[in-house]
Amino acid sequence: MVEEKPDHPSRRSFLNTLLGISVLGWMGSVLFPIVEYFKIPPRKDDEPTSVVAASLKTLKPNQGVIFKFGSTPGILIMSPDGQLRAFSAVCTHLDCTVKYRPDLQKIHCACHGGMYDLNGQNISGPPPRPLTPYKVVQRGDDVIVSKA
Amino acid sequence: MKRTLMDRVLDWLRPRLPVDAAIEFAEHKSVPAYKGSVWYYFGGVSLFLFIVQVTTGILLIMYYQPGLQTAYESVRFTVVHVRFGWLVRSIHTWSANLMIFAVFVHMFSVFFTRAFRRPRELTWFSGLVLLALCLGFGFSGYLLPWNTLAFFATKVGTAIVATTPFIGKGVMEILRGGKDVGAETLTRFFGLHVAIMPALFTVILTVHLTLVQIQGMHEPHEWASAPESEKRRMPFFPNFILRDLLLWLIVLNVLAILAVMFPWEIGHKADPSAAAPLGIKPEWYFLFMYQALKFFPGKILGLDGDAVGVVLFAIGGLLWALVPIWDVRLPEGARNRVVTYVGLVVVLAIIVLTGIGLS
Repeated sequence: MVEEKPDHPSRRSFLNTLLGISVLGWMGSVLFPIVEYFKIPPRKDDEPTSVVAASLKTLKPNQGVIFKFGSTPGILIMSPDGQLRAFSAVCTHLDCTVKYRPDLQKIHCACHGGMYDLNGQNISGPPPRPLTPYKVVQRGDDVIVSKA
Repeated sequence: MKRTLMDRVLDWLRPRLPVDAAIEFAEHKSVPAYKGSVWYYFGGVSLFLFIVQVTTGILLIMYYQPGLQTAYESVRFTVVHVRFGWLVRSIHTWSANLMIFAVFVHMFSVFFTRAFRRPRELTWFSGLVLLALCLGFGFSGYLLPWNTLAFFATKVGTAIVATTPFIGKGVMEILRGGKDVGAETLTRFFGLHVAIMPALFTVILTVHLTLVQIQGMHEPHEWASAPESEKRRMPFFPNFILRDLLLWLIVLNVLAILAVMFPWEIGHKADPSAAAPLGIKPEWYFLFMYQALKFFPGKILGLDGDAVGVVLFAIGGLLWALVPIWDVRLPEGARNRVVTYVGLVVVLAIIVLTGIGLS
């Protein structure tokens, strides 16, 4: 048996390092596809840029309506003075869907009592941010909402 | 000597678990080293492929949506749009097939080496239940992508069940969740495939592996009369386990090559109102039974031919399972050849019938 110099790495430790590196490489090649697999690919039909939210024939002042904007809900409101406003209906607190309360003339979230004014500003309760505003356009009787 | 991290972990565990007894057990665990040792690896390979199935299965559930309008579409989405989705599905399918193959090899090696003999009858029985569950996994998983082949294979497979006298029709309707294969069948098979059978499998696999640990590896029967000096054994730790792990690595690489070079097609979406296309066949591991049933005439002595076939298969399966009971031990030196002949006939029949079925 050849005597090893103590300051030189032995053949065994060299092989162990090599083995360790290949195990790491192997683990990487198994884990990489798994991590990538969890990245949810975008679904094209999920994200329309604009939708017809409501018809002026049915929407009256001091009234709100929830509409589907792709996979998430939006809210369209006609204020008591007849102005149209649209926001994302997803509460900025914990993702519940908000609704318009004609009695309060506010947007209210029933889950934790969050309140937004008619400009979508968070005015009381837990919501940390205003609701995301959308652009509103009238075309004939149709109210068209698009992402700003 | 410096205390390693391992020593510290063991020191912490020692007052809490029987660590020393476990180490003692592991040090004495050994595997007979003889010309038949290669067969010992197939149980381990089956176990490894089961682990692959659980892992890839969990990944597939992340995107799978059962239902007539969503099952096929979600599988296609996984394969086409999800990163490495094609690889995960392909490995799941290939691994399923290889697992069934490994399990069959494992069973026949146990049969021919007579490893089912006392005291290992319970290991044999639990292994057969695991095999039955594997076939159930294959049958139920086949339907989940809801493609044409799967749809008709499931119709035929469940219709064969229905020919069983007395209970067949009832069992078929429970399986289908109605008179025909439809949305209820899909949800039932999904539940069976991802919840009920995995739960059962895990429990019985634990029993099976515990029995193997309690009884130790089966030794070749020539050893009974051989002097101790002629018996060579290999320590399980680390010699056998390292060979096991190396084989697992090779199997994984083979799986990766198969999955990449020969990805499984997803076929066309099932249309329940369309006529069955040509070439409807069950998976290869059901083919020998399917082919055998074709040889039975419509009527045998006034009885339904398929029913006779199913009953004969059931009796055959039962006799096969009961081999530890009908296999009689002959006096030392004289080998009981009956088991070997029965095994050879069964293997030959399966190979020939599968060959006819494939061609």
